[in-house]
Amino acid sequence: MAYVPSADAHAHHEPQSFVTKYIWSQDHKVIAIQYSLTAIAVGIVALVLSGLMRVQLGMPETDLVDASAYYQFMTMHGMIMVVYLLTALFLGGFGNYLIPLMLGARDMVFPYVNMLSYWFYLLSVLVLMASFFVPGGPTGAGWTLYPPQAITGGTPGAGWGILTMLLSLAIFIVAATMGGLNYVTTVLQARARGMTLMRMPLTVWGIFIASIMALLAFPALLVAAIMMFLDATLGTSFFMPAIIAMGRELPHEGGSPLLFQHLFWFFGHPEVYIVALPAFGLVSDIISTHARKNIFGYHMMVWAIVIIGVLSFFVWAHHMYVSGMNLAFGFFFAISTLVIAVPTAIKVYNWILTLWQADIHLTVPMLFAMGFLVTFVVGGLTGLFLGNVVVDIPLADTYFVVAHFHMVMGVAPILVVFGAIYHWFPKITGRMMNDTLGQLHFWITFLGTYIIFFPMHYLGVMGMPRRYYAYEDYEFIPQSAHDLNAFITYAALVVGLAQLLFLYNMFWSAFYGRPSGGNPWRATGLEWQTPDTPPKHGNWGEKLPVVHRWPYDYNVPGVEQDFIPQNEPRPHSGTAEGEHHKAEEGRS
Amino acid sequence: MADHTSPERPQPQNTGWQSLVDDWSSDRQAFKVSWGKAMMWIFLLSDTFVFSLLLIGYMAVRLTTPQPWPDTGEVFALTVLGHEFPLLLIAIMTFILITSSGTMAMAVNFAYARNRRMAALFILFTAILGASFVGLQVFEWTDLIQKGVRPWENPMGAPQFGAAFFMITGFHGLHVSIGVLYLLIVARKVKRGDYDRSGNYEPVEIAGLYWHFVDLVWVFIFAFFYLL
Repeated sequence: MAYVPSADAHAHHEPQSFVTKYIWSQDHKVIAIQYSLTAIAVGIVALVLSGLMRVQLGMPETDLVDASAYYQFMTMHGMIMVVYLLTALFLGGFGNYLIPLMLGARDMVFPYVNMLSYWFYLLSVLVLMASFFVPGGPTGAGWTLYPPQAITGGTPGAGWGILTMLLSLAIFIVAATMGGLNYVTTVLQARARGMTLMRMPLTVWGIFIASIMALLAFPALLVAAIMMFLDATLGTSFFMPAIIAMGRELPHEGGSPLLFQHLFWFFGHPEVYIVALPAFGLVSDIISTHARKNIFGYHMMVWAIVIIGVLSFFVWAHHMYVSGMNLAFGFFFAISTLVIAVPTAIKVYNWILTLWQADIHLTVPMLFAMGFLVTFVVGGLTGLFLGNVVVDIPLADTYFVVAHFHMVMGVAPILVVFGAIYHWFPKITGRMMNDTLGQLHFWITFLGTYIIFFPMHYLGVMGMPRRYYAYEDYEFIPQSAHDLNAFITYAALVVGLAQLLFLYNMFWSAFYGRPSGGNPWRATGLEWQTPDTPPKHGNWGEKLPVVHRWPYDYNVPGVEQDFIPQNEPRPHSGTAEGEHHKAEEGRS
Repeated sequence: MADHTSPERPQPQNTGWQSLVDDWSSDRQAFKVSWGKAMMWIFLLSDTFVFSLLLIGYMAVRLTTPQPWPDTGEVFALTVLGHEFPLLLIAIMTFILITSSGTMAMAVNFAYARNRRMAALFILFTAILGASFVGLQVFEWTDLIQKGVRPWENPMGAPQFGAAFFMITGFHGLHVSIGVLYLLIVARKVKRGDYDRSGNYEPVEIAGLYWHFVDLVWVFIFAFFYLL
């Protein structure tokens, strides 16, 4: 049955009242802003928690947090940052805002489901925040929630805390599923005339593959959450072996704690790339625009994203080398882990070759993008250490892991988040963010994160274990390590406070910033060619755009400006086609 | 590779692999299906992972538990006329659910033939079969609970038997129950003539996709939990 998506018909039902326009909105742009602001708000909570932990580690004499609170803060910090901030911001925030605009669609395919996705996400955040106020406080099981300790007494928040956490995760998965279904279907089925898959900006590719991965990886977390919920409430023994806890024999037997680890990491490792792939995409677009050069090896970039997405489902047990496993499995997972470095390195080389001899504009988004490149390489290299079984075993559970993980999964994506906000802010609000504040924010954040996380590699190699609440009275930890810890804490507090610059800049610029016009960066993507800035409901006015080329026609000789937007027909001069042909033919 | 800047590419009528390549390299859409149908397929793919992982979890705990696993043939036997038939109840449930897939397919057929009355009737019939499946499941649960099986204990051996049984059949039963509600809503819309007005009976087929999926999942649960 032939089905013609009558997208033009969607143009005329703009909501009028304040409530339908800004609160119960079905407009993907409003939902994106709701998602982003919620994610940033909950991210600030997690940032404050990390500051409190750092004070405990750097100045233990202050006694600001006790051992239980430390573990609770650590758990909440990790879970919030990975799931509720980064995943929600990249998919729910940037995905929602950019997919329809970059593809020339009026909205997501099912706006109502999209709206529900946000409200479920908000509910999950509220349930998570509620765990701070339940008896016993939030769970202190560590962000990976390993059983048996996650639900046995003695772990802080073992009763209500872990249950609210599991419930919140389940609600989040429902939200992510509803959103992900929309993103994937929109990319596959609702593109503009002329928008083939291989003309999509890399941002859309990254978010598209990440959404597919989310749909396939979150089920593992859901199943793990259901089983642990049953273990904790009904007393089933999915994850619980026969065990004596706190001097008492528990009524469990025969379960498998390792099963949880497999389920968790079958979700957890793809999750790393659910965050990283959108970041790869966004950073590709930022680099290409601000270096005024077409992205190097577009087809390679696309296939690298796809291959990383597939491979990331076959590496999960490299998080479990110290849990003990068959040597052959360790070998397999070490190999697959190292193989992922190949497509990843292809991407890094392509970014560098895009910058090569380019007309680099050191704007704030570009600074953040280049900061990402450097940080991602540093974090990725230590990943090679940890991917090898024999090197991982002494380094696991030391600060080396903390350093690696924060470099590659914490700092690198968050630099992209900042860069992308500075880059797309003019489209979202119609105003530029303040440049001076942005530069200041970048340098403090970029250099500061290195000051924080670089010394942790050293601490880790020295053998300082992670997840300890206090390090006094250990003979193998010298005074210098304590001094270094204090130093890191000062740096962390400065960097944490510097984020106020960003928040101030964002909210001030939204109302008082310099008007930006429709396309301040002279970018080629469809989202910059909307008739209104910020785009109105329905995005495109009366007529949908028609796409004539790929999204990276920068620095084209012989055209008036140095770029050709995606929706512009063939230029008068023929020279621009040369570049384009080359890129198109790279496929065959 | 004639004209790269033309908005629309020629759509050659290729067959086999080449037609797949054509679909994926076309603009606007990759599959020639509606948005709703595409979304249902993708959702079912995601849900497949949920059920697969539930079954893998069950297999894992069945391997780790040191206690003997009960003989499902005996546990789910039904005594009819003084004779014990192993797995009889489950066989009946499976038969009902697979029959409901057949009635659903007929409903889709009637819907595309614009036969409103018959389509609504067969959807309703499917929903009734689904509801009777859930009813038999309640009977099965009651039976097991009376035999002393609980999520946390099992007089016949491994406590994981009870845990996995209640979790997996419960999760599947939830899917069937939601499906019954879903079918009733669709049946009402068919009866009211909603799809005549929109000129598109595809929502019936989309509901059918979900229903067939729930059936297919049951076949795997039957094979892995009851037969093994």
